[in-house]
Amino acid sequence: MHLATDPWVWVAAILTLFIFTFLYKDNPLYKFAEHLLVGVSAGYYLAIYWHNGVKPNIIDHITQGQLIYLIPLILGLMYFTIFIPKTSYMIRWPIAFLLGAGSGLSIPATFQANIAEQIKGTMLQPLSFYYSNAALINAIVLFIGVLTVLTYFFFSKEHKGALYTTARIGIIFLMIGFGASFGYTVMARVSLLIGRLQFLLGNWLGIIPSW
Amino acid sequence: MKIIRVLSTLDRRIIFLLVGLGILIPLLKPLGIPENITPPVRDVYQFIDTLPPGSAILMSVDYDASVLPEVHPMFLSILRHAMLRNVKVIGIALNPAGVGLGVQAFDRISKEFGKKYGEDYVYLGFKPNFVATMLGLGEEIRKVFPTDYYGTPLDSLPMMKEIHSYRDIALVISFSGAGYPGSWVAYAYSRYGQKVAAGVTAVMAADYYPFLQTGQFIGMLGGMKGAAEYEDLVNKLLQEKGYKKPMPFAIKGMDSITVVHLLIIIFIILGNLGYFLQKKEVK
Repeated sequence: MHLATDPWVWVAAILTLFIFTFLYKDNPLYKFAEHLLVGVSAGYYLAIYWHNGVKPNIIDHITQGQLIYLIPLILGLMYFTIFIPKTSYMIRWPIAFLLGAGSGLSIPATFQANIAEQIKGTMLQPLSFYYSNAALINAIVLFIGVLTVLTYFFFSKEHKGALYTTARIGIIFLMIGFGASFGYTVMARVSLLIGRLQFLLGNWLGIIPSW
Repeated sequence: MKIIRVLSTLDRRIIFLLVGLGILIPLLKPLGIPENITPPVRDVYQFIDTLPPGSAILMSVDYDASVLPEVHPMFLSILRHAMLRNVKVIGIALNPAGVGLGVQAFDRISKEFGKKYGEDYVYLGFKPNFVATMLGLGEEIRKVFPTDYYGTPLDSLPMMKEIHSYRDIALVISFSGAGYPGSWVAYAYSRYGQKVAAGVTAVMAADYYPFLQTGQFIGMLGGMKGAAEYEDLVNKLLQEKGYKKPMPFAIKGMDSITVVHLLIIIFIILGNLGYFLQKKEVK
């Protein structure tokens, strides 16, 4: 056992233990650690956005005489008009600008990445069996899975007869998907606890090798 | 049957305690369960392993400390692999809370291999608005990052003289616990044809498998399991080359995950048995 000598490791270890006390029940120690995190995060984000965003992208340019940068500055400041009832309508202008630019940028890219490519990937590839039998089976399972799940979400006609059977198969695929997601989520949450215990046992108490 | 009924109504704090012990004991006494390397992880490894020396990759710190146990070991292992293979590495951060993690990782791994800043690797730091950053990197890196994290102009860094956009970068790897890898696909892969890989948390992995199947990702590391597999591959390579093996944190963590998964499976079976028994009794 080799206890840490760095005071910051002690601070981190004690705050970790404060958070763990919530496992028993809610208490002031947990609340203190939680509020501290929120406060520190707000301060950190403010500083980092100022030094990496506002200052180099706006302030520095304006102080160098590039007055065109006053336009985005004014547009940004319009967000604060919400606090004055008489001028609060102005907040719509920067929001409209952001929505317009954001949609223009993201709609084609998202359609290409999440719809066009996915449809292409879902189609049964006639040459799949050339690669291996497993590839062919994968392609067939994927094709059936997508079609049956889409059928489950088809609400324009009552699910009866063939449509009922197809939708039921779709539910099975959905359940398998949810199960896989749940398994992964368990692994993720347990991993976080492992990380904290590795820190407490390693960096703080020195019982196991530290990060 | 009474015991099953008692177990199915167990106080949640006893379950927490058992899960805690399930993690703690394997950390103190490792089980040494061997790693089975899955194709998505092997694909990333082989891609980096076969890059010609002097090629460049971009590693994006899109995560923060909240997912550190899963994603940081991936970042360290891939960085080790790239530096061992003399691949040049550009680091950026799209998550503002991840900037310091990137600095720490580059400092640590570059010392292990004696790599020089500006010649073998650079760290450009954080830029707000990740969409504009991803698109800007496809045109000219200098327009997005005129200087590196330390304020040095990019043109005065020898490594960056030949690197201007995605055309000069063999692979982008996004390490994340959120939606950034999907955006890399949408803006870097779809628009510029940039090869993309991902190192993601287990929660996100299920969402990203469709991108693997379509070839939009060349490979993927999912959760601590993916990190452990990559650690295993890199540790074997380090041993082969005569380097000291680093501490395999993800591999050690996988022992605990295995025990806890078995525990949870038992809890689920007991809970369901209790439910059906109660249902039968009511009938």
